[in-house]
Parts: sequence; C-alpha cells; structure tokens
Amino acid sequence: MTLDTDTRAAAPSPPAPPRRFEFAPVAGVLAREWALYRRSWRPTTFAAVAEPVIMLLAFGVGLGSLIGAIGGYDYIEFLGTGIVATSVLFTSMFPGLIDTFVRRVFQHTYDGMLAAPVDVRELVTGEATWIACKAGVYGCAPLLVAIGFGLPASPAMLLVPLIAFVTGFGFALTGVWLSAVVPSIKTMDYIISGVITPLYLIAGTFFPIDSLPAWAQVVARINPLYHCVELVRATAFGIEPLRDLGHFAALLVFVAVMWLLAVVQMRRRLID
Amino acid sequence: MSQPGQHSSTSTARRPATHGPAPDPSAPPAIELRGVVKRFGSFTAVNGLDLRVPSGVVFGLLGPNGAGKSTTMRMLTAQCLATSGEISVLGHPVPRASKRARAAMGVVPQHDNLDEELTVQENLEVFTHLYRVPRAQRPEAVERALRLAHLADRRHDRTDKLSGGMRRRLLIARGLVHRPRLVLLDEPTVGLDPQVRQDLWGLITALRAEGVTVLMSTHYIEEAERLADVVALMAKGRVVAQGAPADLIARHAGDTVEEYLVPPADPGDGVESRLRAAGVAVRRTGPTLSVLRPGELPDPLRAELGTGLARAGNLEDVFVTLTGERVE
Repeated sequence: MTLDTDTRAAAPSPPAPPRRFEFAPVAGVLAREWALYRRSWRPTTFAAVAEPVIMLLAFGVGLGSLIGAIGGYDYIEFLGTGIVATSVLFTSMFPGLIDTFVRRVFQHTYDGMLAAPVDVRELVTGEATWIACKAGVYGCAPLLVAIGFGLPASPAMLLVPLIAFVTGFGFALTGVWLSAVVPSIKTMDYIISGVITPLYLIAGTFFPIDSLPAWAQVVARINPLYHCVELVRATAFGIEPLRDLGHFAALLVFVAVMWLLAVVQMRRRLID
Repeated sequence: MSQPGQHSSTSTARRPATHGPAPDPSAPPAIELRGVVKRFGSFTAVNGLDLRVPSGVVFGLLGPNGAGKSTTMRMLTAQCLATSGEISVLGHPVPRASKRARAAMGVVPQHDNLDEELTVQENLEVFTHLYRVPRAQRPEAVERALRLAHLADRRHDRTDKLSGGMRRRLLIARGLVHRPRLVLLDEPTVGLDPQVRQDLWGLITALRAEGVTVLMSTHYIEEAERLADVVALMAKGRVVAQGAPADLIARHAGDTVEEYLVPPADPGDGVESRLRAAGVAVRRTGPTLSVLRPGELPDPLRAELGTGLARAGNLEDVFVTLTGERVE
C-alpha cells in the first residue's frame, strides 16, 4: 500500500537526543527579559542609578569631610570604587531572589517556559545572564559619579563592566538559589538582613578590611564581594596581575558553585 | 482495540466529526505511555497507566479531580518525572529527549501564566522565541496566533486588561505559535462561561481539521462527548475504559437511560435496593434514579417505578457504572 511507504519515508530515524545545554533556550529567556525591560527600564534605571549616587554623595561628601583620606586615597575615591560593588550586589541579588520567587510561585511563569523546549539549567542561566548584564551596565554609574568628583579615570576602568558582570552573575545565581530554598516570601527577611547586609558591609566597601578583627578579615576574604571591590580598586589605583588574577579566579569559583546550587535547587522546586 | 481516528498520521484532510473507520495501526502514535507510575511520597497519583494516542485525533482524558489527569499531562512535558514506566511523545523518549518533543508540541496549562505586564502581542512574540520559530517567520506566526485568538484589535493591550475568555484564548494561541503537531490542553474550559466554552470548542475542532493531534483533559462530560474521537476514562490514576464515546456508551450504559423520581432515603427494602438486587444497573443523582438498559427491567419493578423519562445514555453513566464515582 502506497500509504505505508509514504509514512515510512516521512518518518525519519529517531534523531540524537538534544544536547544537555543549548543556547537557543537561553536566548529565548533573554528575549522575554528584554520585552519586560522595554516596559520597565525607567524605574529600574532610576533605582539602580539613584541609590548608589545618593549613598556616594551622602557618605562621600558628608563622612568624607570628617575622614579625609583612607589608605592614601580621598575618601570619596575609596568609596566610589567600593560602591560599584554594593551596586552590583543590590542590582543582582535582589532580582535573583525576589523576582525569581514571584515568577516561580505566584506567576507560574517558569511552568509555562519549561513546557516549551527549555530546561531548568538553561532557564536559570538565562535569568542570571540577564541580571548580570544589568549589573554590568548599572554598576558603572557610581564610578562615573566618582570620576565627576575627581577620581582620575584610567583605561583599566574599561574592565569594570566585565568585573561587574561576573560578580553580578554570581550574586544573581545566589539569589535564584536562595529563592528556591526559602519556604515563603516572609522568610526572605532572614536572607536580606542576615546575608545581604553583612555581605555588603564586610567587603572593604566603606572601610578597609584591615581595620577589622582577624576573624572578620577571614570572613571578608571568603566574601565574593570583597574580590569584586579589590578588582574595581585595582582598575582605578593600579593593577597587580598576579594578585588580581587571584581575585578574578575567586569570582569564577563563586559563579561555578552558585550555578550548580541554583540549578539543582530550582530543579527540585520546578520538576516533580 | 479499535482506534478511531485518521487514516494516516499526517496531513490528510479530516473526516467529519463522526466516529469513523480505524486508522492505519502501523502509523506511529503521537503519545504512548506504558506502565507509567508516579508516586509522591506514599501517595500514588498515577498507577500503572497505559495510553496510546493515535496521530491526528482529539483524545479526551476524562475523570474527576484527583484522577491523575494533570500529573499525566505534566509527565508528557517532563515537568513531572515518572517513578517507573515508559513514555514517548512524537517518537521521542521522555524525559531523555523531551526537549525535542516539547519543540513540536504546544501546551495550554490549566493555570493562566500570561505575562501581565506585557501586551497581547508581546506575550506571543516571547513564545515565538521560546519555541524557536525562525526569525523571518516570527511576525507571520504572531499574526496567525492573533487571528486565531480573535485578538488582533487588542494586540497592544496589556493582558491584565483582558477578560477571562480573552485570556484563555490568548493562552491557547500562545501554545500554537509554532504550529505544533501535538497540543496538550489541560482543562481548557474550566471556569469559563458557556459562550466562551463554545468558542473554544470551535477552535479545537479547527485544530483537528488541520491534522493536529489534541490531548485534552476535562471533567466536563459534554466536552468529552462532543469533541473527542477517543476518550479514556481515568479514575485513581488508571484508565478504566477507552474508546469512541458512542462505543463506550453503547457498551457500558446502553443507548437509552430512563430516569425516575425515587426518594433518596431508601430503606433496605425500598425499590432502589430491590432493583440492585435484581441486577438492574442503576445510578442515583440527587432525587433521580437512572436505570441503565431499561429494556431489561422486570415488569413488576417497572410497574412500581411508574412513568420515567427516557434520555440518551452518556459518558457520566459509563463512568459511574465502571467506577461508582461521579466525574463532575
């Protein structure tokens, strides 16, 4: 029967299973973020720029007039480089934590996306990549303000978006991971006060860590944000290749660990 | 088992919506489940499910809440992993090659998950990306989906401005932007008013006319009877009966059913008990007692029942007869 042969000709042998990680689904996730961003860029940009600038002006000018200099730098120069890191932390950890939770639990967005040809690891990568891109761009705002206040610009500062991207990627993944750990939106307060606050204070952002007790210095060195701060300061005040490659490597390890944790925990929550 | 449906697996024109000849049994099924079990801790949601959905049919999964319909749907997209058993969708083993299967199927979830901050058109555009529609074809795919959802004139409205019926139409159109060969509809009309429900029935019929395979879960009897070429009745995580609705009704309920008003507070020697004792298939709905196959009623009991109202048998009769449970 001709029909039979037709069916057989039309049915190809089963293709190879899909690759474990594909970039097309990541691009799909990014397309969605871009559509959302086109609607929300004004408030997002305002928050991401205004907050570090206000902090910089208040502490830099106010406190700076009392402190004068730290480690040979004007306080506003010391602070301007440090606030790049806190800005990166806030613009990546909060969306990673809160937006991801809301989308997963209240909006069921991820259920819809995982019914399309997207797997959890691609979904997590896409969400974190988007947040990291924003951190990479917005993280430069306080640096530009500090330059306006007299911080000498240097060509090495062109590396700041990259440093901010990698750090932001890691903290976005941290947020995604923790959003899938917390049982409810209320318990996020533990993370905001218990994790984020010490992270941004004990990192050499507002004061150098060598003024801290020895145990706190150890804690600071484990803090990925400290390595981000050191790298940003290096672009402004002088790069030492070996030391700074070490800081960068620490950030990459941080990213790798958080990626694994985020993917495993999100899969636990999204796939029954 | 007879499998109504199309003659071949692909794009031949569909027969009218009567339940016609069996398809070519050698055609690969769109969906196949073998011995699928899904446990959540000590609770067994799906308990040894065997299901074969031929290509090109509208297949209804009918059963009450908790029968395992939604779990089954989620297993087909690998959003729920079977404890044991084998699943294949469009020839791809699931979950191993699930992404390939998902690329060729559309899913309409039971719970609305549209992006409320985005417009109608943007919601569709996002899914052309997620479903990997080639760049050059995306505008046309969005236009087609807008027409399908009758939302072309609302394209620039945010989805939180749409009515419930419009949202559901958009949700369905979103699952169709990439022209899937298989569509999963999980309780597509639950909570919708009758007018909107009939709109959606028209849409499902149109899909069938294009040769798309549709797997639809529902707990509405009428929906299953009207739309489905094949129905699988599910209860407690298993399929208790499967076939064309008319065949199932003829086999398990009979073509006509007679309804009698019998007070529900039936003492042990009441007419209901004696009917059951006489082996007559009956089922109760509030004050009404339905007698299946009334031709087999013994005369004395018929006299006692008085005059009844004859109606056509339906899938609810079949379901109650087979499981003792009601569907809706």
